[in-house]
This record gives sequence, structure tokens and C-alpha cells, in this order.
Amino acid sequence: MKVLVPVKRVVDYNVKVRVKSDQTGVELANIKMSMNPFDEIAVEEAIRLKEKGIATEVVVVSIGVQQCTETLRTALAMGADRGILVQTDVTTESLAVAKVLAKIAAEEAPGLIILGKQAIDDDANQTGQMLAGLLGWAQGTFASKVDPQGDTVNVTREIDGGLETVALKLPAIVTTDLRLNEPRYASLPNIMKAKSKPIANKTPADYGVDMTPRLTTLKVTEPAKRQAGIKVKSVDELVAKLKEMGAVA
Amino acid sequence: MPFYRAPVKDTLFVLEAVAGLYNQSHVPGFEAVSPDLVEAVLNEGGKFCAEVLAPLNLPGDQQGCTRHPDGSVTAPDGFKAAYKAFCDGGWGGLIASEHHGGQGLPYTIGAVMQEFIAASNMAFGMYPGLSEGAQAAIEVVGSPEQKAKWLPNMVQGRWTGTMNLTEPHCGTDLGLIRTRAEPNADGSYAITGTKIFISAGEHDLSENIIHLVLAKTPGAPDSVKGISLFIVPKFIVHDDGSLGARNAVSCGSIEHKMGIHGNATCVMNYDGATGYMLGEEMKGLAAMFIMMNAARLGVGIQGLAQADAAYQNAVEYAKGRLQGRSLTGPKNPEGKADPIIVHPDVRRMLMDARAFTEAMRALVLWGAIRVDLSRKAPDAAEREMADNLISLLTPVIKGYGTDRGYEVATNCQQVLGGHGYIAEWGMEQFVRDARIAMIYEGTNGIQALDLVGRKLGAKGGRGTQAWLSLVGSDLAAAAADDRLAFLTAPLGKALADVQAGIMWLLQNGMANPDNAGAGATAFMRMLGHAALGHMWLKMAMASQAALDAGTTDPDFHTAKLITARYFAARVLPETASLRAQLEAGADVVMALPEAMF
Repeated sequence: MKVLVPVKRVVDYNVKVRVKSDQTGVELANIKMSMNPFDEIAVEEAIRLKEKGIATEVVVVSIGVQQCTETLRTALAMGADRGILVQTDVTTESLAVAKVLAKIAAEEAPGLIILGKQAIDDDANQTGQMLAGLLGWAQGTFASKVDPQGDTVNVTREIDGGLETVALKLPAIVTTDLRLNEPRYASLPNIMKAKSKPIANKTPADYGVDMTPRLTTLKVTEPAKRQAGIKVKSVDELVAKLKEMGAVA
Repeated sequence: MPFYRAPVKDTLFVLEAVAGLYNQSHVPGFEAVSPDLVEAVLNEGGKFCAEVLAPLNLPGDQQGCTRHPDGSVTAPDGFKAAYKAFCDGGWGGLIASEHHGGQGLPYTIGAVMQEFIAASNMAFGMYPGLSEGAQAAIEVVGSPEQKAKWLPNMVQGRWTGTMNLTEPHCGTDLGLIRTRAEPNADGSYAITGTKIFISAGEHDLSENIIHLVLAKTPGAPDSVKGISLFIVPKFIVHDDGSLGARNAVSCGSIEHKMGIHGNATCVMNYDGATGYMLGEEMKGLAAMFIMMNAARLGVGIQGLAQADAAYQNAVEYAKGRLQGRSLTGPKNPEGKADPIIVHPDVRRMLMDARAFTEAMRALVLWGAIRVDLSRKAPDAAEREMADNLISLLTPVIKGYGTDRGYEVATNCQQVLGGHGYIAEWGMEQFVRDARIAMIYEGTNGIQALDLVGRKLGAKGGRGTQAWLSLVGSDLAAAAADDRLAFLTAPLGKALADVQAGIMWLLQNGMANPDNAGAGATAFMRMLGHAALGHMWLKMAMASQAALDAGTTDPDFHTAKLITARYFAARVLPETASLRAQLEAGADVVMALPEAMF
């Protein structure tokens, strides 16, 4: 079974994000970029499936600027087999990404596509779901356990009430939650080997997808600064204050 | 709890613009070294250091190592698992030859990783670090059989290595050692004696420990010319590579010391332990110096590393700590106070720190390339030139690098005020850990003596001449650019001070060697300042060129120029007073009779 893992290049989680002075977005120039942490978990899961003999090949794909090659190399250094770069300089929106991925899925015919549940830049949490919709495949989102059994996969999902296990017919879509696994550090020999693993260079046009953004960003601002709170001495005072503020009747 | 982020971006800049890493494709081992590979290695290696090693630094310091009643020693909690992850990641084999299972990358890349490792956890880094030194000695002087027997497991990290020089009564003067090596019938030797201050002498990280031990064979002269080097394993290794009986070497105790608590500093007792001669009889010291020169650079890197770790945390604190108002009016009017980074005296400490760490990193890596060239350049003249330069600069990198590294660490501790003195902030640990680097691998006083007594005049002063003319030609190349005059003028003066210092030493050191001894430390610091000034010149030229070419990262290069300006104005002028100290001569130092102390 082939496993496809889309990976996104995002601002490194250690970086304190700043809004651009013209409020058109966040500052990306000369900022450390890394693989989306949820996607690292997805890559790790795919590699583990390969190590267990369940997956035969792990293909990673990244859609975005040329530097996404570095993100692909990181995945290859972790142990993925080959990469596909779909190069575009436009802002990548979930639906357009899902459309490109659907075309790649048609070409590559993976048994499983494992995605991060969301990217830490825009936190959209929709690409996996849209991709499942476009392909008409089953989806197991927010996975904390992935257990393929023959032509199905059991996915344990983290839901509000606890855990839910769904059995999906393959091919299927899985999106990863934080507790699925702990991604490995790339080993030095694998970093060296990753250099010679193949990366195919593609464009959205190769897949017949128009990635022109459909959303317009009006303004990006920093979250309002938190106001200092007040201390109350008793429950009565608290209730009185809440009434005063109109929070309770 | 302190944090650490590997300075990958600055390192990549230095490797390219100062060290010239990518211009060495004529040297074996450099063919495959491309910018994207180096970036990938440093990103992943830096991540490992920051996420796995750094979090163990403070707890490792607080717990320390434990010697058990049976003589076994355990490293702090977490070290064993981290060491396994380090070895599984192949990091121990970074520069080891591919023949023995390493990756065969340049020493220069190894030097970068040494910095990242030492900055994230110096005590941890000494376990693989000492092992790397032992491997280097076996690689250079070992027989083919010895290399095949010992190296592959050491490269993998399953076995670690140590250096055993010091004895209770002698450290600097190794001619005095008493450890004996009596020949056995099978060609091996029975080693008997006591060694002290043995870093990583006993621990639970590896399956076997390979001690390299200096000892005297029967009838050998009582001087450094009578010393031989022996391989003494903790467990005897059978010909098939399997481990046999426990050898008669044991850890008598571990030292309670000021810093590097996570590394076991051992008293090692050899009671007729089986050893195998490494290299030729009575050539042991020369073999040990193979380890020692690399180790001295490694210790210089530790000075840089503690300074950078302390700097990163001091900056974080100075930006976040609100206290008092700026002398020139509030800079954070909506807050109750300004962050302390607005205060010039806090800035002074932070600017001193970055002006040192960035240039020291450049000097280390510029020097590291000379190490690679001295070993591997195809052309003999290029090898010799590189060797002359790095021989001159090794005591400077070690002595000056750790003196200043300690100063910077303690200044960064100062930035935190009272919190800098409290253990949980980690700053006092950086200071304590940095302190040993000024002492071991030859105290900094010895480094200064090595510089003025041996290295300045070595081979008729060829290394010194070569270095002076390199700085001179870079100054000449920059002279045309008025925008760099802020640096070229003070650097020219500093270089003149160094040259005058050399002349003074030539004229006064011969007649009275105490003149050289009394001024050695001042001279080393003077040369160190000038060497960093040279690095600032190289960086300033590269950054100015990048800005002129419309770089996409103007902030980075602008910061380089601003920091270069600080170094030029605030650090370089010190060479004048250092020169005055030197030229004051030995009399003022030696005048007070011993009995009056």
C-alpha cells in the first residue's frame, strides 16, 4: 500500500509571529520556516506503517513556494521515499490545495492519505475533509491511533466526549492529532541519503487546477491586549459584579 | 529554566562568507558539501540539541553523577536515553571516516555541532567529545588491526573513549608521571598506576570504555621522552569483537566540582590492567598531542558555547523584564516600566556578548577550515600554510576564547540581576560550566606561554608572518570602502600593537624569559582582540556587499555592521593598554620577594 502525505511549510512554532505594518498579513520574510508540526506527525505515522511492512512506499507532497523543497527534504530525511513539489507563489487556500491533492491521488493511487489535522499558520482545519469530499473517500479525522486491517483501517478519533473508533474502507483519508505519535529526529545518515532521493517538480497547471485565491484578506491585526482583571473578596461580590456587567441577570 | 536555539542562520553566514566552506571542493571530503546539505544537517542537529540535550542541562547539573559502592557510576537521569538517541541519530560519526562507519564530513561541520552540543549541554557533550578525541588518536597512530578492532564500535557510540594523562602529582609536567607498563608474555602490557581528573572515566552510557593511558615502560627515561600511550579497555574485547572479562581498571571516586556536574570526573585506578601499546614506544606524548590540539579547539568552542547560551537567555530576559524607565524618557509608556534592554549598561553587556560570540564563532570556523586543509588539502604547501595558521591560533582560540567566554557568561548573568544568581534561571550554571574551560586542556596561562614561547616563533615565525599578512591584505582590500573606515582604522591600530608586542617580545623575551612569561596573557588577549577584529572585518565586508546587492535579509546584515562598529569602538582600543601591560616587563610582576607574600 502506498501512503501519500501532504506537508506544509509554515512559520516555525518557536517564532513569535508579527503582523506586517501594512496589516496585509504576518511577517514571513527572513523568518525561520519549518514543517507544520501536525504534518510531521503524519510523516512519522506513514514511516511507521512502512517499518511495520504495511506501507510499501511513502510519498510526500508539498504545495507552495520553491523553498518547500526544504520541507520535502526534511520529510525525506525522516524516511519518506520520494517527494512531489507543486510550485506556486500564490497564497495556498484549503480548497485549491485539496483539488491539487485530489489530482495527485488519482495519479498515485495511494491506499491512505495522511494529513495534519490543520496547519499552525491559518489553523483552517479543512483540507483533509475537503479532499475526502472531492475524492468520495472515507475520512478519519483527529486520529490518535491508526490501525490498518486488510482493506480497512481502524482510526481512533479524539472527539469532545472522549475517543471514537471508526472503521474506514480503504482508500481513506486520515488527519492526525497531537497524540498520534512523537515524530522522530532525522538521523544524520538519513539526512545524507535524503539528498539523493527524487523530488518531482510540478505546477498547479500540470494538474489543471487554478489556485488563484478566492478569499480576500481585508485586514490582519494582533489580538487585543488582555485587560487587567479585578479581584473580588467573596462570592456575593462576584455575583454583584457580574450583574453589574450584565453577565448574569 | 533556560532555553537554547542553535544559531543556524549566523553559522551558515559564517561558513560561507568567512570560512569559505564551499570554496574547498578541491579537498577530498568536501565534494558533497553543498549549502543545502549543510543547512539540513545543522537544522536537524540544532533541533536535536535544543529539544533533547538542552532540557537535560539544568536537571543534570542539579542531580550530578553518582558513584555506587561497587565502583560503577551513573550519569544524571535522562543522559543515557539522550546518548542512545544521539548515537542512533548517527551524530557521533559525523566526521569519522566512512571506512569505520562515519559520515566523513569535514571537521568544520563537526566544530559547528560541537558548539551546538556544548551550548545546549556541555556536561553531556563531553561524553561523545572525549570519545572523538580518542578515536582521532587511534585513527592516526593505531595499527590497521587496532583501528579495525576499536574504531567501528567507538564511531557508532556503543563504546566511548577517554584521555588519561593527569596523575595526582602531575598535570602540566607530564614527564613526572609514575604509571607503569610492564610487558606481558603475549605482547600486551600490565598497566599500574592512578590517574585523576578523567572526564567520562566511568559511566553507564556505553557498553565499553576505551581508556587511552600515558604510562612508562621499564627503563624509560624520567621525562616526556619516556612516555608511551596505551589502549586500556574497561572490558577486554575478544578477537570476534565480543566483550570478555572486566579489566583491572576501576573508578576510585568521582570529584565534587564547581561545574559540569553531569559529567563524571573520575579517579581511575589501574591495577595491572591489560593494555595495548598505541603507536611507538616512548612516542606517547606526540600521539596524545593529536588528541590535545583538537581537544584545545574543542575547549575554545565550549567557551564560545557557554557565552552564546548565556547571551540568548540574557536577551530574552532583558526584553521581558520591566524595571525602571529609560534615561531618555519612557519607551513603553503603556506599561508600568520599560524593559531593561533600554538601559545603556544592559546594552553594553549584551553588545559585548554578541560582539564576542559572533566573531568568536567566525574565528573558530575559519580556524576549523584550516584544520581540514592541514589534513586533507592535495597541495603540500596549502597543507603547511593551513597548519602554520591553526597552530598559531589554537592557543588563542582556547585561551582567549575561554577567558572571554567566561567574562561574557558572567556579564549575561549580571543582566538578570538577582535572578542571575538563582539556580533555576540557569545563568549561574553557564558561568560555572564555562569556568573549567579556562583550566583544563592546559590552563590559559599555559596557552599564553605556548603562544609566546612556541607558536609565535615556530618555523621561524612563518605562521605569525602568514597571519599578519592575511590581516594586512584584508585591511588593504577594505581600505577603499570609506563606509568600513570605522573598523579598518582601529583594526590597523590593533594590528600595529600586536606587531609592536611581537617586537618587544623578541627584544626582551630572550634576554629575560620572565618578560615573556609576565606579558604572555596580555599578549594573548591582544592577539585575540585583533583576530576577532579581523573576523569582524571579513563579516562587515560580506554584509556590506550583501546590502549593496539588495539582500532579501537587510536586518541581518545591518545588525552585523552595527555590532562590528561596537567591537571596533569598544573592544579593539583595549590593545593599547594591553601593550602597555606587556611592555611593563617582568620586573613589576616579579619584584616582590617570595617571602613577602
